[in-house]
Amino acid sequence: MRPVYIASDNIITSLGASTFANMEALKAGQIGIRMTSDLNLFPSPLPLSLVDSELLEEQFLYILKYYKKNVGLTAYTRLEKLLIISIHDAISQISQNFNDPGTLFVLSTTKGNIDLLEGRYKTQFQHRRIYLWEMAKTVGDFFGFANTPLIISNACISGIMALMTAFRYLRMGMYDQAVVSGGDILSEFVISGFQSFQSISSTPCRPYDIGRDGLSLGEGAGTMVLTTGIEKNSGSLVRIGGAATSNDANHISGPSRTGEELGFAFTDAMKEAALSPGDIGFINAHGTATPFNDEMESKAIGEAGLLESPVNSFKGYWGHTLGAAGLIESVASVHALQDQMLIRSAGFESLGVSEHIRVIAANEKKKMSSCLKSASGFGGCNAAIIFEKDNV
Amino acid sequence: MNQVISAYSGIKPGQAWVNGGIEYRDENFITFAEFIKPFFKRLNLGYPKFYKMDPLSKLGFIASELIFKHIDLDLYDKKRVGIVLANSSSSLDSDLVHQESINNRSHYFPSPSVFVYTLPNIMIGEICIRHQLKGENAFLISEKFESSLLFNFVNELFLNNRVDVCLTGWVDLLKEQFEALMMFVEPTGLAITEENSGMLLPFSEETMDDLYKKM
Repeated sequence: MRPVYIASDNIITSLGASTFANMEALKAGQIGIRMTSDLNLFPSPLPLSLVDSELLEEQFLYILKYYKKNVGLTAYTRLEKLLIISIHDAISQISQNFNDPGTLFVLSTTKGNIDLLEGRYKTQFQHRRIYLWEMAKTVGDFFGFANTPLIISNACISGIMALMTAFRYLRMGMYDQAVVSGGDILSEFVISGFQSFQSISSTPCRPYDIGRDGLSLGEGAGTMVLTTGIEKNSGSLVRIGGAATSNDANHISGPSRTGEELGFAFTDAMKEAALSPGDIGFINAHGTATPFNDEMESKAIGEAGLLESPVNSFKGYWGHTLGAAGLIESVASVHALQDQMLIRSAGFESLGVSEHIRVIAANEKKKMSSCLKSASGFGGCNAAIIFEKDNV
Repeated sequence: MNQVISAYSGIKPGQAWVNGGIEYRDENFITFAEFIKPFFKRLNLGYPKFYKMDPLSKLGFIASELIFKHIDLDLYDKKRVGIVLANSSSSLDSDLVHQESINNRSHYFPSPSVFVYTLPNIMIGEICIRHQLKGENAFLISEKFESSLLFNFVNELFLNNRVDVCLTGWVDLLKEQFEALMMFVEPTGLAITEENSGMLLPFSEETMDDLYKKM
């Protein structure tokens, strides 16, 4: 089987529109979650992590000119703009041709253009734009990708599942490279839904902390370009080692009581990568900061024998970005691995879960060759993926 | 040929099939709810959780139950049973219900029991809960039924040794338009029983296209 390397990437969140900007912000401990009053999003102020709209429009205008697209800013939805900016940044870092049939395009999202259900966009876009396949096609056609987009919509594990799917297709030789992108925007739809569950914290979220009382929502996009055109051990790049998903079969909106199922996703991913718990340099877990999620994750980490591995969550920086989270947080994990750095888990002070996981309380240098990224979501789904660096 | 389809089911307005034979027929209905409720009762499953599900999950749940009447799931390691489903309209049917509940600020009533169904993979969760299936699961989206999308995904699960068996299919519902095709995929050696020995179908894009057309 061919090794699958990460050739380039991008992150767009409240903290910036490039991987570099986001990594600098994480290392500096900047929090992108801010108290927001926006009547289009929610009737009362809430802490949210939003992408700066002016920056978004400015960048998108530049890209329209770059690709010589003779259309106005209103031809694309907010999510399409995010995804297009993210993909452009990732593919323009490398010189490959992306328009041949050997390039797979995978897109992960939970709600796509869900804001189009609101009355205010009724005349601007055709009705079919609400469909995920039409949104994905619009983004794919912008770049002239040859293949129909492969669309994953599997709740909060969508992003990891998109990477896992591309990894499997590439290593078996179905395609030579893949553009894997994920995005979700904040909308009244999503915020009102999470609020109805009473799962949104009134302050920026605090994963694994004793005082955690809910999640913070965020928006963003992330992209990874995966390639098989690199020989193993030939450079300092990071490759995907293994991945797995599982289902709790317990509850559609609450996590497993035991963590056993996420635990065996961890174990299966390690097995596929031929690694043991001692090899895992750090775990970037889902860490939404809801009481039940974080507790379940601590048990899963224990189940898989990973209690010695340092753990962090990036949700305290840019909130829970839903279908983008797996992509964005994988990119950040890969860069932390490349930089040989454990990044502080924002919002954490004292341990508030039953298993003694080692939450990263301060940035620290560490020599390590692999990391594990996980997510869990509604519908009882769990996913884990392993990234490996050859030359440490 | 490494895998076979050992059971399949289909549901369209007014009719349901299992392994090619008519299972249920009711032409005297107007809404999906009027069709699916008596159908569910006829199946005698004694599973009241069904009534809490949204229409999309109800459709997928019943299509899977039609298959599991013919498959003994206790024969398999439930951590190694995969589920891979796809559709065109995602959870738009329930999305519209949730949006309706927040359109008017003076009549604002978002409900967690509606919101949770605004993700298409909840249907997979419902099937997993019913049978304690804990293996790989995925929900994919395409404009129309695409056998290659499902085939490639499921085939990779087998090639990468991530499942022993896999439930796969297409379950789409928006308002009163609905269709479901569900298939159970097994390695050739495992699947043959007295009951099904004559009707195993090769697991291929051609078979899936054929089953979809015949619905």
